[in-house]
Amino acid sequence: MNFLLAGLVGLFIATAIYFLLSRSLIRMLLGLVVLGNGINLLIFTAGRIGNGAPPIVPGGLEQPAGAIANPLPQALILTAIVIGFAMFSFLLVLAFRAYQAMDAENTDSMRLAEPEDAPRPPLSY
Amino acid sequence: MGLSLDASIVLMALAPFAAALLAPLVQRIAAPFAGWVLALVPAAIFVFLLGFIEPIAARRFVQASIDWVPAYGLTLSFFIDGLSLTFALAISGIGTLILIYSGAYLRGHQHLGRFFGFMLAFMGAMLGLVLSDNMLALFSFWELTTVSSFLLIGFDHSRQAARRGAIQALVVTNIGGMGLLFGVILAQQLTGQWNLSGLRDFGDAMRENPVYPVVLIAFLAAAFTKSAQFPFHFWLPNAMEAPTPVSAFLHSATMVQGGVYLLLRLTPFLGGTPAWTVTLVVFGGFTLVWGALGAIRQTDLKQVLAQSTIASLGLLVLLIGLGTELAITAAILYFIAHAAYKAGLFMVVGNVDHGSGSRDIVALGGLGDPMPVTFIAAALAALSMIGLPVTAGFLAKEEMYLVLLGPDWPQILVLIMLVIGNALLAGVALSIAIRPFLGALLPTPKVPHEAPIAMLAGPVALGAAGILLALNAGRLGHDIVVPTIAAVLGVAAESHLTPAVDFTSLALWLSAATIALGILVHLQMAAIRSILRRIGTALGWTFDHGFDVAMFGLIRLAGAMTRLLHHGRLELYLVLVFAGFALAVLVPVFGMGGLEALLPNAELGDWSAKLAWPNLQIHEWAVLALAVVGLGAVLFARSRLVAILALGVQGAAVALIFLSFGAPDLAFTQFMVEILSVVILALVMTRLKLDEADHRQFEDLARDGTLAVVGGAGVSLLLMVVLAGTFDSRLSDFFAATSVPIAHGANIVNVILVDYRGFDTLGEISVVLGAGIAILALLRRRGAAP
Repeated sequence: MNFLLAGLVGLFIATAIYFLLSRSLIRMLLGLVVLGNGINLLIFTAGRIGNGAPPIVPGGLEQPAGAIANPLPQALILTAIVIGFAMFSFLLVLAFRAYQAMDAENTDSMRLAEPEDAPRPPLSY
Repeated sequence: MGLSLDASIVLMALAPFAAALLAPLVQRIAAPFAGWVLALVPAAIFVFLLGFIEPIAARRFVQASIDWVPAYGLTLSFFIDGLSLTFALAISGIGTLILIYSGAYLRGHQHLGRFFGFMLAFMGAMLGLVLSDNMLALFSFWELTTVSSFLLIGFDHSRQAARRGAIQALVVTNIGGMGLLFGVILAQQLTGQWNLSGLRDFGDAMRENPVYPVVLIAFLAAAFTKSAQFPFHFWLPNAMEAPTPVSAFLHSATMVQGGVYLLLRLTPFLGGTPAWTVTLVVFGGFTLVWGALGAIRQTDLKQVLAQSTIASLGLLVLLIGLGTELAITAAILYFIAHAAYKAGLFMVVGNVDHGSGSRDIVALGGLGDPMPVTFIAAALAALSMIGLPVTAGFLAKEEMYLVLLGPDWPQILVLIMLVIGNALLAGVALSIAIRPFLGALLPTPKVPHEAPIAMLAGPVALGAAGILLALNAGRLGHDIVVPTIAAVLGVAAESHLTPAVDFTSLALWLSAATIALGILVHLQMAAIRSILRRIGTALGWTFDHGFDVAMFGLIRLAGAMTRLLHHGRLELYLVLVFAGFALAVLVPVFGMGGLEALLPNAELGDWSAKLAWPNLQIHEWAVLALAVVGLGAVLFARSRLVAILALGVQGAAVALIFLSFGAPDLAFTQFMVEILSVVILALVMTRLKLDEADHRQFEDLARDGTLAVVGGAGVSLLLMVVLAGTFDSRLSDFFAATSVPIAHGANIVNVILVDYRGFDTLGEISVVLGAGIAILALLRRRGAAP
């Protein structure tokens, strides 16, 4: 199972890279979501998965009873999901505003910060 | 002395910097006399240093140090031997006169306070340079002289020529500075010594070392750039854009002599080899003739002096290269004589400029009447420069001829070069002293008038010093020359200097020939100048022009690099990022033996077990299939609604994977986030026109697809390598075991989040908050111009 999941992670990452390389803002956003999911799965898989129960200590006990799933990656991923969502929301609004302001969805036509005909450095003292 | 010697030496070395900070204030309070007041600082240093002549002549070595970076065993150590003392006396003595001069020369200048500050900072750097024992301190002071000279040359920064001169000096001397740093580090690595005083013991080992040429080149690069040796000479004439007091101080007696000091200081460590002698003699000799001819070519008096300084620096380098006791004696005497007469002549030129409004040697004449004191000062300095008897210049010239009296043809060749160089310089000196002052009074922009007393004190004192030093030749030899030779060569010499003229000496007759030639040069000055100018025009290329070509080439190259790397096309940046990413994951897999860990081909049984069809339950297969289908659907979706829904499908599949493998918290959060994402995305996308088709060209598709496959496969392989390794569960076990007993929480994941890694969660909340505020701000800007 671990190895199958590793393959799936590769699939996620490949899809994400493919999307991020497109010049369309919306496709890049989709790529970002897929990338986040892929990396979360990567962390999850790297923490080893098995047939463990959820990492919860039953009432009245000091230690978990029997095998449990690795809690550490779960804590890391939980944080990552939330931050990924915040990032996604922000970029979505940013893309939307950029689209409104520049009337463009293609990154090639967004050259405000690095204009095509930027001035050459001066040749004098 | 009330203070301990250590503290007082360190204080002395740092005093000019303190004075530099106070200079603008002093200028504001004591406006017309600020120059006199501030001159007290170098004057006090000069007097303080005079006190060291006696102990150092008696072979006592003065050293002072304070801890600098004790952790690295570095100390800020100063030492005074004959060599340091000679240079420090020249710096502080001439510095005193220059400060007095500056106050009058730049009277009423808006930024005079700043000027004094720069001047004093430079003086402090120069003193530190010649007094440092620690090589890193030497380097720091060396660079400080570069920086402060940059400020001084570019003082009149509203003129482009001044800015250019300043930048040129900075660039050229900084290249040498890097050489110095390299040489210092190399020398320290080879000897283990940070201190110059410790290096002299390693001289013999160093000369045998195969790395010797590298060390030599590094230090020579520093000395040659600072001391304007050919082919780095071109910055010095352009530095004449500085106000005249700066030229008088920096470009005659101090800054450019930094390289000469370095060569003398390193003589015990690097000197005496054929490489050293040949390099120094050839470059120095060439620079001597080049500079002397350059001086004749010029008509601007300041340019004439600048070129003659290049010649004198070449002469000094040549003498240091010869390196015998007589040669070093000549070098020291010449340094002293040159410092006095050149600083004096620069101030004379300043007076002429100030009094008449012109510096053109051809346009001036008859100023001796209206400016008698300046004329006397010019004559005194010129006598020393020509090398007539009973001047310091004469002593130096006699010594340098004595060095080379011998039957070998290389000696004779160098001797001829010296005679020619000295004769040309003598001709220049005659012209400077005679042309502007004698003959008929020529019309000048201003009505000629004598300079104020503050501007006469310096040149007269220095002119007189040239004679007085020669009259006291015995004491000069005993107090200054012999200790300096001891510092440079480590031998106890006997002074043979006398002011008397020995008519039986061959050197004297060479001197006479030099002076006769000099008179000839003076008389034929105009003819020689026109010939030289014609040659210069015929060549049509100068080093100065070459510097511009190099600098502008550098700027163009930087611009081209920026356009190449910073082209503004996002997807190409990302291609680079992901190519780097793919490389970063593939190198550990293939390059660092990761694959062997994955495929233990020796054990076929293990290998086949890995290949075996995983024993999964039906719902697990379903979840995996769902994820693959979701991804594929996003990839190939033709309408945006399908794309959004497919995005939701792959998110849900991830949530189901979490759910299947014991992570219900994750699954819950993932579901929530996916639903929210899909809803928000759908809302926004209704307002946004998404292109249905992917507009990428086939080549782009192939490139992006390859990158994606390689990157994805790399991550998969790396993850498999990780999974094949052993798992370190200590941290997870700790959390599981202590969750209830010490954190009192049953849900271990939650305990980790809010307890063990509470600050992480705080950071996470801050990110969410920040994103929320940013979103709000973006949405509020509705209608505002982009």
